[in-house]
Amino acid sequence: MLNYKSWGRTVFNIFNHIILLATCLLCVLPFVNLLAISFSSSTAVAAGSVVFWPKDFTLASYEFTLSDGKFIRAMMISIGRVVIGVSLNLILIILTAYPLSKTKQQLAGRSIYVIFFVITMLIGGGLIPTYLLVSGLGLKNTIWSLVLPGALPVGNMVIFMNFIRSLPEEIEEAAVIDGATPMQVLMKVLLPVLKPAIATVGLFCIVNHWNDWFSGMIYMTSTDKYPLQTYLQSMLLSIEQMMQQVRQSGGDMQSVLTQINARTGRAAQLFLGAIPVMLIYPYLQKYFTKGLILGSIKG
Amino acid sequence: MIKLKKQWRYHAMLLPGIIFTFVFCYIPLYGVIIAFQKYNPGLGFRSPWVGLSNFKFIFSQPNFVRTIWNTFYISVFKIIGGIIVSVVFALLLNEISSNKTKRIFQTFVYIPNFLSWVIVAGIMIDILARDGIVNQALGVLGIAPISFLSNSTIFPWTMIITDIWKGFGFGTVVYLAALTGIDPVLYESAMIDGAQRWKQIRYITLLLLMPTIILMLVLSLGNVFNAGFDQIYNLYSPIVYETGDIIDTYVYRLGIEQAQYSVGATVGLFKSVVSFVLIAGSNFLANRFAGYRIF
Repeated sequence: MLNYKSWGRTVFNIFNHIILLATCLLCVLPFVNLLAISFSSSTAVAAGSVVFWPKDFTLASYEFTLSDGKFIRAMMISIGRVVIGVSLNLILIILTAYPLSKTKQQLAGRSIYVIFFVITMLIGGGLIPTYLLVSGLGLKNTIWSLVLPGALPVGNMVIFMNFIRSLPEEIEEAAVIDGATPMQVLMKVLLPVLKPAIATVGLFCIVNHWNDWFSGMIYMTSTDKYPLQTYLQSMLLSIEQMMQQVRQSGGDMQSVLTQINARTGRAAQLFLGAIPVMLIYPYLQKYFTKGLILGSIKG
Repeated sequence: MIKLKKQWRYHAMLLPGIIFTFVFCYIPLYGVIIAFQKYNPGLGFRSPWVGLSNFKFIFSQPNFVRTIWNTFYISVFKIIGGIIVSVVFALLLNEISSNKTKRIFQTFVYIPNFLSWVIVAGIMIDILARDGIVNQALGVLGIAPISFLSNSTIFPWTMIITDIWKGFGFGTVVYLAALTGIDPVLYESAMIDGAQRWKQIRYITLLLLMPTIILMLVLSLGNVFNAGFDQIYNLYSPIVYETGDIIDTYVYRLGIEQAQYSVGATVGLFKSVVSFVLIAGSNFLANRFAGYRIF
Protein backbone atom coordinates (compact mmCIF):
# COMPACT_ATOMS: atom_id res chain seq x y z
CA MET A 1 0.00 0.00 0.00
CA LEU A 2 1.21 3.51 -0.79
CA ASN A 3 2.18 5.44 2.23
CA TYR A 4 0.76 8.89 2.36
CA LYS A 5 0.53 10.77 5.58
CA SER A 6 -1.98 13.54 5.76
CA TRP A 7 -3.28 15.52 8.66
CA GLY A 8 -6.64 13.71 8.49
CA ARG A 9 -4.90 10.37 8.50
CA THR A 10 -2.99 11.21 11.67
CA VAL A 11 -6.14 12.30 13.46
CA PHE A 12 -7.86 9.11 12.36
CA ASN A 13 -4.93 7.01 13.57
CA ILE A 14 -5.09 8.58 17.01
CA PHE A 15 -8.83 8.09 17.31
CA ASN A 16 -8.59 4.57 15.95
CA HIS A 17 -6.02 3.62 18.58
CA ILE A 18 -8.18 5.15 21.29
CA ILE A 19 -11.28 3.23 20.17
CA LEU A 20 -9.41 -0.06 19.88
CA LEU A 21 -7.74 0.45 23.23
CA ALA A 22 -11.09 1.24 24.85
CA THR A 23 -12.64 -1.92 23.38
CA CYS A 24 -9.75 -4.02 24.62
CA LEU A 25 -10.08 -2.50 28.09
CA LEU A 26 -13.78 -3.29 28.00
CA CYS A 27 -12.88 -6.93 27.40
CA VAL A 28 -10.22 -7.17 30.08
CA LEU A 29 -11.36 -4.86 32.87
CA PRO A 30 -14.13 -7.16 34.17
CA PHE A 31 -11.44 -9.76 34.82
CA VAL A 32 -9.20 -7.21 36.49
CA ASN A 33 -12.12 -6.21 38.69
CA LEU A 34 -12.72 -9.85 39.60
CA LEU A 35 -9.08 -10.29 40.51
CA ALA A 36 -9.06 -7.11 42.60
CA ILE A 37 -12.16 -8.23 44.49
CA SER A 38 -10.69 -11.66 45.19
CA PHE A 39 -7.66 -10.07 46.86
CA SER A 40 -9.61 -7.51 48.89
CA SER A 41 -11.22 -7.68 52.28
CA SER A 42 -14.97 -8.02 52.55
CA THR A 43 -15.36 -4.60 54.20
CA ALA A 44 -13.60 -2.82 51.33
CA VAL A 45 -15.68 -4.71 48.76
CA ALA A 46 -18.94 -4.07 50.58
CA ALA A 47 -18.09 -0.37 50.76
CA GLY A 48 -17.79 -0.39 46.97
CA SER A 49 -14.27 0.98 46.99
CA VAL A 50 -12.60 -1.84 45.06
CA VAL A 51 -12.33 -1.11 41.36
CA PHE A 52 -9.22 -2.35 39.58
CA TRP A 53 -6.80 -2.61 42.46
CA PRO A 54 -7.20 -4.67 45.67
CA LYS A 55 -7.96 -2.80 48.87
CA ASP A 56 -6.90 -4.12 52.31
CA PHE A 57 -4.95 -6.77 50.45
CA THR A 58 -5.66 -10.23 51.85
CA LEU A 59 -5.38 -13.84 50.74
CA ALA A 60 -8.31 -14.86 52.95
CA SER A 61 -10.63 -15.65 50.03
CA TYR A 62 -8.06 -17.98 48.52
CA GLU A 63 -7.32 -19.54 51.87
CA PHE A 64 -11.02 -20.21 52.28
CA THR A 65 -11.48 -21.60 48.75
CA LEU A 66 -8.45 -23.86 48.90
CA SER A 67 -9.46 -25.22 52.29
CA ASP A 68 -12.86 -26.17 50.88
CA GLY A 69 -12.56 -29.93 50.42
CA LYS A 70 -15.30 -29.99 47.80
CA PHE A 71 -13.53 -27.41 45.67
CA ILE A 72 -10.31 -29.41 45.68
CA ARG A 73 -12.16 -32.65 44.97
CA ALA A 74 -14.05 -31.02 42.09
CA MET A 75 -10.77 -29.77 40.68
CA MET A 76 -9.30 -33.28 40.87
CA ILE A 77 -12.36 -34.68 39.09
CA SER A 78 -11.96 -32.07 36.37
CA ILE A 79 -8.28 -32.89 35.95
CA GLY A 80 -9.07 -36.60 35.77
CA ARG A 81 -11.81 -35.93 33.30
CA VAL A 82 -9.55 -33.83 31.09
CA VAL A 83 -6.86 -36.54 31.09
CA ILE A 84 -9.24 -39.42 30.30
CA GLY A 85 -11.53 -37.42 28.05
CA VAL A 86 -8.85 -35.79 25.94
CA SER A 87 -6.90 -39.05 25.50
CA LEU A 88 -10.07 -40.72 24.32
CA ASN A 89 -10.87 -37.77 22.05
CA LEU A 90 -7.42 -37.85 20.47
CA ILE A 91 -7.34 -41.62 19.96
CA LEU A 92 -10.73 -41.60 18.25
CA ILE A 93 -10.00 -38.45 16.23
CA ILE A 94 -6.72 -39.86 14.91
CA LEU A 95 -8.09 -43.32 14.19
CA THR A 96 -11.09 -41.90 12.34
CA ALA A 97 -9.43 -39.00 10.54
CA TYR A 98 -6.61 -41.05 9.03
CA PRO A 99 -8.72 -43.47 6.94
CA LEU A 100 -11.10 -40.66 6.01
CA SER A 101 -8.17 -38.60 4.69
CA LYS A 102 -7.76 -41.24 1.98
CA THR A 103 -9.33 -40.88 -1.46
CA LYS A 104 -12.42 -42.75 -2.65
CA GLN A 105 -10.18 -45.22 -4.46
CA GLN A 106 -8.07 -45.92 -1.40
CA LEU A 107 -11.06 -46.31 0.91
CA ALA A 108 -14.18 -47.89 -0.54
CA GLY A 109 -17.31 -46.23 0.77
CA ARG A 110 -15.51 -43.13 1.99
CA SER A 111 -18.40 -40.81 1.21
CA ILE A 112 -20.82 -43.01 3.14
CA TYR A 113 -18.55 -42.86 6.16
CA VAL A 114 -18.22 -39.08 5.84
CA ILE A 115 -22.01 -38.67 5.70
CA PHE A 116 -22.39 -41.01 8.67
CA PHE A 117 -20.15 -38.79 10.80
CA VAL A 118 -21.00 -35.34 9.48
CA ILE A 119 -24.75 -35.85 9.79
CA THR A 120 -24.35 -35.96 13.56
CA MET A 121 -23.24 -32.33 13.43
CA LEU A 122 -26.58 -31.41 11.88
CA ILE A 123 -29.14 -33.48 13.69
CA GLY A 124 -29.15 -35.09 17.08
CA GLY A 125 -31.62 -36.61 19.44
CA GLY A 126 -31.44 -33.62 21.72
CA LEU A 127 -31.06 -33.39 25.44
CA ILE A 128 -33.76 -35.76 26.72
CA PRO A 129 -33.06 -38.90 24.62
CA THR A 130 -29.32 -38.51 25.25
CA TYR A 131 -29.94 -38.15 28.96
CA LEU A 132 -32.16 -41.23 28.99
CA LEU A 133 -29.57 -43.24 27.07
CA VAL A 134 -26.72 -42.28 29.39
CA SER A 135 -28.86 -43.08 32.42
CA GLY A 136 -30.05 -46.32 30.83
CA LEU A 137 -26.46 -47.44 30.26
CA GLY A 138 -25.88 -46.97 33.98
CA LEU A 139 -23.28 -44.27 33.43
CA LYS A 140 -24.87 -41.77 35.79
CA ASN A 141 -22.64 -40.78 38.70
CA THR A 142 -19.57 -42.13 36.94
CA ILE A 143 -16.86 -40.20 35.14
CA TRP A 144 -17.83 -42.07 31.96
CA SER A 145 -20.98 -39.99 31.64
CA LEU A 146 -18.70 -36.99 31.20
CA VAL A 147 -16.31 -38.46 28.66
CA LEU A 148 -18.13 -41.10 26.59
CA PRO A 149 -21.03 -39.14 25.04
CA GLY A 150 -18.73 -36.67 23.27
CA ALA A 151 -15.85 -39.09 22.77
CA LEU A 152 -15.53 -38.37 19.05
CA PRO A 153 -15.87 -34.63 18.41
CA VAL A 154 -16.69 -34.63 14.71
CA GLY A 155 -15.78 -30.98 14.06
CA ASN A 156 -12.28 -31.50 15.47
CA MET A 157 -11.99 -34.74 13.54
CA VAL A 158 -12.70 -32.86 10.29
CA ILE A 159 -10.03 -30.28 11.16
CA PHE A 160 -7.56 -33.09 11.84
CA MET A 161 -8.47 -34.84 8.61
CA ASN A 162 -7.76 -31.63 6.69
CA PHE A 163 -4.39 -31.40 8.41
CA ILE A 164 -3.52 -34.87 7.14
CA ARG A 165 -4.77 -34.01 3.67
CA SER A 166 -2.53 -30.95 3.57
CA LEU A 167 0.55 -33.19 3.85
CA PRO A 168 2.28 -34.27 0.63
CA GLU A 169 1.31 -37.80 -0.30
CA GLU A 170 4.92 -38.88 -0.89
CA ILE A 171 5.42 -38.88 2.86
CA GLU A 172 3.70 -42.24 3.17
CA GLU A 173 5.00 -43.80 -0.01
CA ALA A 174 8.38 -45.05 1.15
CA ALA A 175 6.87 -46.76 4.18
CA VAL A 176 4.10 -48.32 2.09
CA ILE A 177 6.65 -49.73 -0.37
CA ASP A 178 8.53 -51.24 2.58
CA GLY A 179 5.33 -53.08 3.39
CA ALA A 180 4.22 -51.11 6.45
CA THR A 181 0.60 -51.56 7.52
CA PRO A 182 -1.66 -48.47 7.73
CA MET A 183 -1.30 -48.53 11.51
CA GLN A 184 2.50 -48.50 11.26
CA VAL A 185 2.39 -45.69 8.72
CA LEU A 186 0.13 -43.70 11.00
CA MET A 187 2.19 -44.25 14.14
CA LYS A 188 5.71 -44.03 12.75
CA VAL A 189 5.45 -41.69 9.78
CA LEU A 190 2.42 -39.48 10.21
CA LEU A 191 2.10 -38.79 13.91
CA PRO A 192 5.57 -37.24 14.22
CA VAL A 193 4.78 -34.71 11.46
CA LEU A 194 1.28 -34.18 12.79
CA LYS A 195 2.42 -32.88 16.17
CA PRO A 196 1.12 -29.32 15.53
CA ALA A 197 -2.23 -30.77 14.45
CA ILE A 198 -2.44 -32.92 17.57
CA ALA A 199 -1.61 -29.85 19.66
CA THR A 200 -4.35 -27.86 17.94
CA VAL A 201 -7.21 -30.31 18.37
CA GLY A 202 -5.84 -31.40 21.74
CA LEU A 203 -6.08 -27.84 23.04
CA PHE A 204 -9.64 -27.51 21.78
CA CYS A 205 -10.57 -30.75 23.51
CA ILE A 206 -8.90 -29.67 26.77
CA VAL A 207 -10.86 -26.40 26.78
CA ASN A 208 -14.12 -28.18 25.97
CA HIS A 209 -13.71 -30.71 28.75
CA TRP A 210 -12.52 -28.17 31.27
CA ASN A 211 -15.32 -25.70 30.47
CA ASP A 212 -18.18 -28.18 30.35
CA TRP A 213 -20.42 -27.84 33.38
CA PHE A 214 -23.71 -29.07 32.02
CA SER A 215 -23.06 -32.83 31.83
CA GLY A 216 -21.82 -32.72 35.41
CA MET A 217 -25.04 -31.05 36.47
CA ILE A 218 -27.39 -33.53 34.81
CA TYR A 219 -25.47 -36.78 35.26
CA MET A 220 -24.15 -36.39 38.81
CA THR A 221 -26.72 -36.63 41.56
CA SER A 222 -24.34 -35.73 44.35
CA THR A 223 -22.26 -32.56 44.55
CA ASP A 224 -19.33 -34.72 45.68
CA LYS A 225 -19.01 -35.95 42.11
CA TYR A 226 -19.22 -32.58 40.38
CA PRO A 227 -16.39 -31.49 38.12
CA LEU A 228 -15.06 -28.03 38.92
CA GLN A 229 -17.17 -25.98 36.51
CA THR A 230 -20.35 -27.64 37.73
CA TYR A 231 -19.30 -27.00 41.30
CA LEU A 232 -18.60 -23.35 40.48
CA GLN A 233 -22.01 -23.17 38.80
CA SER A 234 -23.74 -24.48 41.91
CA MET A 235 -21.77 -21.98 43.99
CA LEU A 236 -22.93 -18.99 41.94
CA LEU A 237 -26.10 -19.02 43.96
CA SER A 238 -25.24 -20.93 47.09
CA ILE A 239 -21.86 -19.66 48.25
CA GLU A 240 -23.59 -17.56 50.89
CA GLN A 241 -25.17 -20.66 52.47
CA MET A 242 -21.93 -22.56 52.25
CA MET A 243 -20.11 -19.81 54.15
CA GLN A 244 -22.89 -19.79 56.69
CA GLN A 245 -22.47 -23.50 57.28
CA VAL A 246 -18.74 -23.17 57.74
CA ARG A 247 -19.33 -20.33 60.16
CA GLN A 248 -21.73 -22.38 62.26
CA SER A 249 -19.63 -25.49 62.26
CA GLY A 250 -16.89 -23.64 64.17
CA GLY A 251 -13.42 -24.87 63.24
CA ASP A 252 -10.30 -22.94 62.43
CA MET A 253 -11.70 -20.93 59.52
CA GLN A 254 -13.36 -18.31 61.73
CA SER A 255 -10.68 -15.64 61.50
CA VAL A 256 -10.57 -16.07 57.71
CA LEU A 257 -14.36 -15.82 57.48
CA THR A 258 -14.39 -12.38 59.06
CA GLN A 259 -12.35 -11.03 56.18
CA ILE A 260 -14.40 -12.44 53.30
CA ASN A 261 -17.93 -12.38 51.95
CA ALA A 262 -19.84 -14.05 49.12
CA ARG A 263 -18.39 -11.69 46.53
CA THR A 264 -14.74 -12.07 47.46
CA GLY A 265 -15.11 -15.82 47.90
CA ARG A 266 -16.81 -16.27 44.57
CA ALA A 267 -14.22 -14.09 42.84
CA ALA A 268 -11.44 -16.31 44.17
CA GLN A 269 -13.28 -19.48 43.09
CA LEU A 270 -13.93 -18.15 39.59
CA PHE A 271 -10.39 -16.93 39.15
CA LEU A 272 -8.96 -20.30 40.19
CA GLY A 273 -11.39 -21.98 37.80
CA ALA A 274 -10.19 -19.79 34.94
CA ILE A 275 -6.45 -20.28 35.51
CA PRO A 276 -5.97 -23.41 33.38
CA VAL A 277 -7.58 -21.82 30.32
CA MET A 278 -5.61 -18.61 30.90
CA LEU A 279 -2.41 -20.65 31.01
CA ILE A 280 -2.97 -22.35 27.69
CA TYR A 281 -4.50 -19.25 26.13
CA PRO A 282 -1.33 -18.10 24.34
CA TYR A 283 -1.06 -21.49 22.63
CA LEU A 284 -4.77 -21.59 21.91
CA GLN A 285 -4.60 -18.27 20.18
CA LYS A 286 -1.63 -19.35 18.13
CA TYR A 287 -3.26 -22.54 16.93
CA PHE A 288 -6.83 -21.39 16.73
CA THR A 289 -6.51 -19.34 13.55
CA LYS A 290 -4.60 -22.18 11.94
CA GLY A 291 -7.32 -24.65 12.85
CA LEU A 292 -9.97 -22.27 11.64
CA ILE A 293 -8.36 -21.97 8.23
CA LEU A 294 -7.74 -25.70 7.87
CA GLY A 295 -11.18 -26.56 9.15
CA SER A 296 -12.74 -24.48 6.43
CA ILE A 297 -11.00 -26.36 3.63
CA LYS A 298 -13.53 -28.72 2.20
CA GLY A 299 -13.05 -32.37 3.11
CA MET B 1 -12.88 -58.33 -3.09
CA ILE B 2 -9.18 -57.76 -3.64
CA LYS B 3 -9.81 -54.13 -2.80
CA LEU B 4 -11.46 -55.02 0.49
CA LYS B 5 -8.65 -57.38 1.40
CA LYS B 6 -6.17 -54.59 0.88
CA GLN B 7 -8.25 -52.02 2.66
CA TRP B 8 -9.68 -53.86 5.63
CA ARG B 9 -7.23 -52.25 8.00
CA TYR B 10 -8.60 -48.80 7.16
CA HIS B 11 -12.14 -49.98 7.80
CA ALA B 12 -11.07 -51.58 11.05
CA MET B 13 -9.56 -48.25 12.18
CA LEU B 14 -12.90 -46.57 11.62
CA LEU B 15 -14.73 -49.10 13.76
CA PRO B 16 -14.25 -47.52 17.23
CA GLY B 17 -15.37 -44.12 15.96
CA ILE B 18 -18.39 -45.70 14.29
CA ILE B 19 -19.39 -47.54 17.45
CA PHE B 20 -19.17 -44.42 19.62
CA THR B 21 -21.03 -42.31 17.08
CA PHE B 22 -23.70 -44.96 16.66
CA VAL B 23 -24.29 -45.39 20.38
CA PHE B 24 -24.16 -41.75 21.48
CA CYS B 25 -25.58 -40.00 18.40
CA TYR B 26 -27.74 -42.45 16.49
CA ILE B 27 -29.46 -44.19 19.40
CA PRO B 28 -30.59 -40.83 20.89
CA LEU B 29 -31.75 -39.92 17.40
CA TYR B 30 -33.91 -43.02 17.46
CA GLY B 31 -34.89 -42.05 21.00
CA VAL B 32 -36.84 -39.04 19.73
CA ILE B 33 -39.70 -41.50 19.18
CA ILE B 34 -40.58 -40.93 22.82
CA ALA B 35 -42.00 -37.61 21.61
CA PHE B 36 -44.83 -39.77 20.21
CA GLN B 37 -45.07 -41.92 23.32
CA LYS B 38 -46.03 -41.59 26.92
CA TYR B 39 -42.62 -42.37 28.32
CA ASN B 40 -42.42 -44.92 31.05
CA PRO B 41 -38.97 -45.46 32.58
CA GLY B 42 -39.66 -49.18 32.96
CA LEU B 43 -40.45 -49.65 29.28
CA GLY B 44 -37.90 -47.19 27.88
CA PHE B 45 -38.20 -46.59 24.14
CA ARG B 46 -40.99 -49.22 23.96
CA SER B 47 -43.45 -47.06 25.90
CA PRO B 48 -47.09 -46.82 24.69
CA TRP B 49 -47.75 -44.68 21.61
CA VAL B 50 -49.85 -41.55 22.02
CA GLY B 51 -49.65 -40.05 18.54
CA LEU B 52 -49.38 -36.31 18.37
CA SER B 53 -50.90 -35.58 21.75
CA ASN B 54 -47.55 -34.39 23.17
CA PHE B 55 -47.33 -31.87 20.34
CA LYS B 56 -50.90 -30.71 20.95
CA PHE B 57 -50.03 -30.35 24.60
CA ILE B 58 -46.92 -28.22 24.15
CA PHE B 59 -48.56 -25.88 21.66
CA SER B 60 -51.43 -25.36 24.07
CA GLN B 61 -48.93 -24.15 26.67
CA PRO B 62 -48.63 -20.36 26.53
CA ASN B 63 -45.24 -20.65 28.25
CA PHE B 64 -43.89 -22.72 25.38
CA VAL B 65 -45.11 -20.39 22.66
CA ARG B 66 -43.50 -17.57 24.61
CA THR B 67 -40.13 -19.33 24.61
CA ILE B 68 -40.14 -19.62 20.81
CA TRP B 69 -40.53 -15.87 20.46
CA ASN B 70 -37.91 -15.15 23.16
CA THR B 71 -35.44 -17.54 21.55
CA PHE B 72 -35.94 -15.98 18.16
CA TYR B 73 -35.71 -12.41 19.44
CA ILE B 74 -32.56 -12.94 21.50
CA SER B 75 -30.67 -14.93 18.90
CA VAL B 76 -31.48 -12.69 15.93
CA PHE B 77 -30.09 -9.65 17.72
CA LYS B 78 -27.10 -11.63 18.92
CA ILE B 79 -26.31 -12.66 15.34
CA ILE B 80 -26.78 -9.23 13.78
CA GLY B 81 -25.05 -7.35 16.59
CA GLY B 82 -22.20 -9.86 16.66
CA ILE B 83 -21.54 -9.45 12.95
CA ILE B 84 -21.63 -5.65 13.08
CA VAL B 85 -19.30 -5.40 16.06
CA SER B 86 -16.76 -7.87 14.73
CA VAL B 87 -16.73 -6.37 11.22
CA VAL B 88 -16.25 -2.85 12.56
CA PHE B 89 -13.56 -4.00 14.95
CA ALA B 90 -11.78 -5.94 12.20
CA LEU B 91 -11.93 -2.89 9.88
CA LEU B 92 -10.46 -0.63 12.55
CA LEU B 93 -7.83 -3.20 13.38
CA ASN B 94 -6.96 -3.53 9.71
CA GLU B 95 -6.09 0.17 9.55
CA ILE B 96 -3.27 -0.34 12.02
CA SER B 97 0.02 -0.70 10.23
CA SER B 98 2.06 -2.32 12.99
CA ASN B 99 1.49 -6.08 13.06
CA LYS B 100 2.63 -6.27 16.65
CA THR B 101 0.05 -3.76 17.87
CA LYS B 102 -2.58 -5.57 15.84
CA ARG B 103 -1.76 -8.84 17.52
CA ILE B 104 -1.83 -7.35 21.01
CA PHE B 105 -5.28 -5.84 20.45
CA GLN B 106 -6.51 -9.13 19.02
CA THR B 107 -5.19 -11.06 22.01
CA PHE B 108 -7.21 -8.98 24.43
CA VAL B 109 -10.59 -9.12 22.74
CA TYR B 110 -10.23 -12.84 22.30
CA ILE B 111 -9.83 -13.86 25.95
CA PRO B 112 -13.51 -14.04 27.04
CA ASN B 113 -14.20 -16.39 24.16
CA PHE B 114 -12.36 -19.29 25.78
CA LEU B 115 -13.74 -19.03 29.28
CA SER B 116 -16.81 -21.02 30.24
CA TRP B 117 -20.14 -19.28 30.64
CA VAL B 118 -20.12 -20.29 34.29
CA ILE B 119 -17.09 -18.11 34.91
CA VAL B 120 -18.28 -15.28 32.68
CA ALA B 121 -21.75 -15.44 34.26
CA GLY B 122 -20.16 -15.25 37.71
CA ILE B 123 -18.32 -12.12 36.64
CA MET B 124 -21.48 -10.66 35.08
CA ILE B 125 -23.52 -11.30 38.22
CA ASP B 126 -20.91 -9.37 40.15
CA ILE B 127 -20.30 -6.42 37.86
CA LEU B 128 -23.95 -6.00 36.86
CA ALA B 129 -25.25 -6.08 40.43
CA ARG B 130 -26.83 -2.94 41.86
CA ASP B 131 -23.58 -2.14 43.65
CA GLY B 132 -21.34 -3.59 40.91
CA ILE B 133 -18.83 -1.57 38.93
CA VAL B 134 -21.10 -1.03 35.93
CA ASN B 135 -23.74 0.68 38.02
CA GLN B 136 -21.03 2.55 39.89
CA ALA B 137 -19.72 3.86 36.57
CA LEU B 138 -23.24 4.80 35.48
CA GLY B 139 -23.67 6.57 38.80
CA VAL B 140 -20.67 8.76 38.03
CA LEU B 141 -22.44 9.75 34.82
CA GLY B 142 -25.55 10.55 36.82
CA ILE B 143 -27.59 7.55 35.64
CA ALA B 144 -29.75 5.72 38.18
CA PRO B 145 -28.80 2.07 38.87
CA ILE B 146 -30.16 -0.42 36.32
CA SER B 147 -31.37 -3.93 37.22
CA PHE B 148 -29.66 -5.65 34.32
CA LEU B 149 -30.59 -9.16 35.36
CA SER B 150 -33.91 -8.76 37.10
CA ASN B 151 -35.82 -6.34 34.90
CA SER B 152 -37.65 -8.30 32.24
CA THR B 153 -37.49 -5.50 29.66
CA ILE B 154 -33.74 -5.12 30.01
CA PHE B 155 -32.81 -8.78 30.53
CA PRO B 156 -32.84 -9.87 26.84
CA TRP B 157 -30.59 -6.94 25.97
CA THR B 158 -28.22 -7.83 28.79
CA MET B 159 -28.02 -11.29 27.21
CA ILE B 160 -27.49 -9.90 23.72
CA ILE B 161 -24.78 -7.45 24.75
CA THR B 162 -22.87 -9.77 27.07
CA ASP B 163 -22.94 -12.50 24.42
CA ILE B 164 -21.54 -10.13 21.80
CA TRP B 165 -18.95 -9.03 24.33
CA LYS B 166 -17.87 -12.61 24.90
CA GLY B 167 -17.88 -13.73 21.29
CA PHE B 168 -16.93 -10.92 18.93
CA GLY B 169 -13.22 -11.73 19.16
CA PHE B 170 -13.88 -14.89 17.20
CA GLY B 171 -15.62 -13.04 14.36
CA THR B 172 -12.85 -10.48 14.33
CA VAL B 173 -10.28 -13.19 13.64
CA VAL B 174 -12.33 -14.52 10.74
CA TYR B 175 -12.90 -11.10 9.15
CA LEU B 176 -9.32 -10.04 9.70
CA ALA B 177 -8.15 -13.16 7.89
CA ALA B 178 -10.41 -12.22 4.98
CA LEU B 179 -9.13 -8.62 5.02
CA THR B 180 -5.50 -9.71 4.94
CA GLY B 181 -6.32 -11.65 1.80
CA ILE B 182 -7.29 -8.51 -0.13
CA ASP B 183 -4.74 -7.69 -2.82
CA PRO B 184 -2.97 -4.36 -1.96
CA VAL B 185 -2.73 -3.60 -5.69
CA LEU B 186 -6.45 -2.81 -5.62
CA TYR B 187 -5.88 -0.01 -3.11
CA GLU B 188 -2.91 1.32 -5.04
CA SER B 189 -4.83 1.61 -8.27
CA ALA B 190 -7.79 3.14 -6.43
CA MET B 191 -5.46 5.73 -4.96
CA ILE B 192 -3.99 6.52 -8.35
CA ASP B 193 -7.56 7.02 -9.55
CA GLY B 194 -7.92 9.52 -6.71
CA ALA B 195 -10.24 7.53 -4.45
CA GLN B 196 -10.32 8.82 -0.89
CA ARG B 197 -9.79 6.57 2.08
CA TRP B 198 -13.50 6.31 2.88
CA LYS B 199 -14.35 5.45 -0.72
CA GLN B 200 -11.65 2.79 -0.71
CA ILE B 201 -13.18 1.20 2.36
CA ARG B 202 -16.63 1.37 0.89
CA TYR B 203 -15.90 0.16 -2.62
CA ILE B 204 -13.01 -2.21 -2.07
CA THR B 205 -12.81 -3.42 1.51
CA LEU B 206 -16.49 -3.81 2.27
CA LEU B 207 -17.27 -5.15 -1.17
CA LEU B 208 -14.62 -7.85 -0.92
CA LEU B 209 -15.59 -8.61 2.66
CA MET B 210 -19.23 -9.14 1.68
CA PRO B 211 -18.94 -12.84 0.75
CA THR B 212 -17.43 -13.59 4.18
CA ILE B 213 -20.11 -11.54 5.93
CA ILE B 214 -22.88 -13.28 4.01
CA LEU B 215 -21.29 -16.62 4.71
CA MET B 216 -21.09 -15.98 8.45
CA LEU B 217 -24.65 -14.67 8.48
CA VAL B 218 -26.01 -17.63 6.61
CA LEU B 219 -24.09 -20.13 8.72
CA SER B 220 -25.49 -18.61 11.88
CA LEU B 221 -29.05 -18.93 10.58
CA GLY B 222 -28.90 -22.59 11.55
CA ASN B 223 -28.34 -21.40 15.10
CA VAL B 224 -31.39 -19.18 15.35
CA PHE B 225 -33.00 -21.61 17.76
CA ASN B 226 -29.91 -21.78 19.95
CA ALA B 227 -30.18 -18.59 21.91
CA GLY B 228 -27.44 -19.67 24.32
CA PHE B 229 -28.44 -22.10 27.05
CA ASP B 230 -25.16 -21.86 28.97
CA GLN B 231 -25.46 -18.13 29.25
CA ILE B 232 -29.14 -17.75 30.00
CA TYR B 233 -29.41 -20.65 32.41
CA ASN B 234 -26.68 -19.12 34.55
CA LEU B 235 -28.08 -15.60 34.51
CA TYR B 236 -31.86 -15.84 34.46
CA SER B 237 -34.36 -16.19 37.28
CA PRO B 238 -38.14 -16.69 37.43
CA ILE B 239 -38.76 -12.93 37.42
CA VAL B 240 -37.42 -12.65 33.87
CA TYR B 241 -38.96 -15.86 32.43
CA GLU B 242 -41.44 -13.73 30.54
CA THR B 243 -38.78 -12.36 28.21
CA GLY B 244 -35.76 -14.49 29.04
CA ASP B 245 -36.97 -18.09 29.02
CA ILE B 246 -35.77 -19.81 25.84
CA ILE B 247 -36.56 -23.19 24.29
CA ASP B 248 -33.48 -24.90 25.73
CA THR B 249 -34.02 -23.67 29.28
CA TYR B 250 -37.68 -24.68 29.00
CA VAL B 251 -36.74 -28.20 27.83
CA TYR B 252 -34.28 -28.49 30.69
CA ARG B 253 -36.77 -27.50 33.37
CA LEU B 254 -39.53 -29.62 31.93
CA GLY B 255 -37.54 -32.66 30.87
CA ILE B 256 -34.80 -32.96 33.48
CA GLU B 257 -35.98 -31.06 36.55
CA GLN B 258 -39.61 -32.17 36.35
CA ALA B 259 -38.78 -35.51 34.64
CA GLN B 260 -41.50 -35.07 31.99
CA TYR B 261 -39.36 -36.90 29.48
CA SER B 262 -41.85 -37.19 26.65
CA VAL B 263 -42.89 -33.56 26.75
CA GLY B 264 -39.26 -32.44 26.98
CA ALA B 265 -38.32 -34.64 24.03
CA THR B 266 -41.24 -33.25 22.03
CA VAL B 267 -40.04 -29.69 22.48
CA GLY B 268 -36.52 -30.87 21.65
CA LEU B 269 -37.70 -32.61 18.49
CA PHE B 270 -39.63 -29.54 17.37
CA LYS B 271 -36.50 -27.48 17.83
CA SER B 272 -34.27 -29.98 15.98
CA VAL B 273 -36.60 -30.16 12.99
CA VAL B 274 -36.83 -26.38 12.64
CA SER B 275 -33.06 -26.05 13.12
CA PHE B 276 -32.41 -28.72 10.52
CA VAL B 277 -34.63 -26.95 8.00
CA LEU B 278 -32.78 -23.71 8.77
CA ILE B 279 -29.37 -25.36 8.39
CA ALA B 280 -30.33 -27.01 5.12
CA GLY B 281 -31.85 -23.77 3.88
CA SER B 282 -28.88 -21.68 4.91
CA ASN B 283 -26.50 -24.14 3.30
CA PHE B 284 -28.48 -23.71 0.11
CA LEU B 285 -28.36 -19.93 0.46
CA ALA B 286 -24.63 -19.95 1.26
CA ASN B 287 -24.02 -21.95 -1.86
CA ARG B 288 -26.25 -19.71 -3.94
CA PHE B 289 -24.96 -16.32 -2.77
CA ALA B 290 -21.46 -16.95 -1.49
CA GLY B 291 -20.52 -20.00 -3.51
CA TYR B 292 -19.70 -21.87 -0.33
CA ARG B 293 -20.60 -25.49 0.13
CA ILE B 294 -20.41 -26.97 3.58
CA PHE B 295 -21.26 -30.46 2.44
